[in-house]
Amino acid sequence: MSLRGKAAVVGVAESVLGEVGPGLTPLDLIGQATVRALDDAGLEKGDVDGLFSSSAYYHMATLSVGEYLGIQPRYSDATSMGGSSFVSHLFHAAAAIDAGLCEVALIAYGSTQRSGGGRLVSASESSPYEAPYRPRYPVSMYALATSRHMYEYGTTREQLAEVAVAAREWAKLNPKAFARDDLTVEDVLDSRMVSSPLSVLDCCLVTDGGAAAVVTSAERARELGKPPVYLLGAGEAHWHRNISEMPDLTTTAATESAPRAYEMAGVSQRDMDVVMLYDAFTINTVMFLEDLGFCQKGEGGSFVSGGRISPGGELAVNTSGGGLSYNHPGMYGLMLIVEAVRQLRGEGGKRQVEGAETALVHGNGGVFSSQVTAVLGTEATF
Amino acid sequence: MKELREEGAPTEMYTRYLGEGKLAFQHCTGCGRAVFYPRVLCPYCGSTSLEWRESSGHGAVYTATAIYRRDREPHNVALVDLDEGFRMMSRVEGIVAEEVEIGMRVSFEAREEEGEPVAVFLPEEV
Repeated sequence: MSLRGKAAVVGVAESVLGEVGPGLTPLDLIGQATVRALDDAGLEKGDVDGLFSSSAYYHMATLSVGEYLGIQPRYSDATSMGGSSFVSHLFHAAAAIDAGLCEVALIAYGSTQRSGGGRLVSASESSPYEAPYRPRYPVSMYALATSRHMYEYGTTREQLAEVAVAAREWAKLNPKAFARDDLTVEDVLDSRMVSSPLSVLDCCLVTDGGAAAVVTSAERARELGKPPVYLLGAGEAHWHRNISEMPDLTTTAATESAPRAYEMAGVSQRDMDVVMLYDAFTINTVMFLEDLGFCQKGEGGSFVSGGRISPGGELAVNTSGGGLSYNHPGMYGLMLIVEAVRQLRGEGGKRQVEGAETALVHGNGGVFSSQVTAVLGTEATF
Repeated sequence: MKELREEGAPTEMYTRYLGEGKLAFQHCTGCGRAVFYPRVLCPYCGSTSLEWRESSGHGAVYTATAIYRRDREPHNVALVDLDEGFRMMSRVEGIVAEEVEIGMRVSFEAREEEGEPVAVFLPEEV
């Protein structure tokens, strides 16, 4: 049975972002974001009966979040597959709401990894088959994919740099973005090499931040103050955990998650007005544009060139500035949803894509491991 | 390609063979595919009929990266496709990190590091 239009996102918010200082905990940021998202939705904390979270800090994430917030859910889902988890939570929340297992779902995340000394707090367990070679998790894993993509398809560092520059141009239009100064292709090429061929400006930010989203049934959503943003379709797929087990380093499981989402939604990538892709590294945007069907495999590099995904370009990609320039607090997936909802409500300010009615949200987790695609739409898309 | 006949926990067996200078992998008698890393079932067909075999140690670099640190020379990490049809993470020794190339033929050697055996590769003579 299809979940198309059965549930809607009715509230979204971030916590304070960027560098919050040593005092605040990840749970404090979750608390802030939750208060703001419930306020955005016009709902009370007591309305929440479904709780969704994942964390590198809290092993039993929904238990810690529920305790802190004082929420005692009747449905709880701590699906943990990296940064994509929160797009998965949206999918699972819609299913739970449709099944009557809960009515108002809260998805929440927070991280203080920048104030925590810039160390990437990650759930990367050590593999005896990889650890002896000292790859730098996760950048080296993405670098291995980048090297292969360049070898097979002639993708260049300049093309990857175009992704970072486009993200920065969008970020300049977003007052909440962390990195808003000028950035050129040359700046990216000249920046410090971390794990070749990826340099530091090919990598996402390391920031603090939290976010929350409130999801409820389509019926209840229509009674609330703001225009509902419906989940039209979703799909997930994963094929590996460790990069050495990824079948083909140039093709992700998004080639399965996306068709599943499109089929449920009854749309194709051509119907998408705004596109939010999990850009932990510049190669992500290139490979996801291919795997989600916006161009042929191997053509992602040329697709992103010439400002095509910048403001005013052919395709509006990562309008917040993305993980590369807006915010990336360890796991970024929930912030993809926040931006998609804002665009579909017309709340994008200077970066608003005029007339945006449909949004593609694509989450990635692990090392190109978990792929979760969601299609969102306004009332007009029914 | 020699067949090895011993029983034990998969990772322990791999490490034990490596300690003897052998690069071991599993061969699935159900579907005929090479299985790596070692497991108790074949991830392709689900069969539990896995035989240990010794790799020839010859392969080619599938992809590679050079990792930069402030305090030392870069080191490389590579994924190597062995001729028997399995892939593993390793490094290529005896070459500057940035010069490890995709497609480069390499051959296995066992090393000991911090008391543990480690599989590494060296460029083959051309």
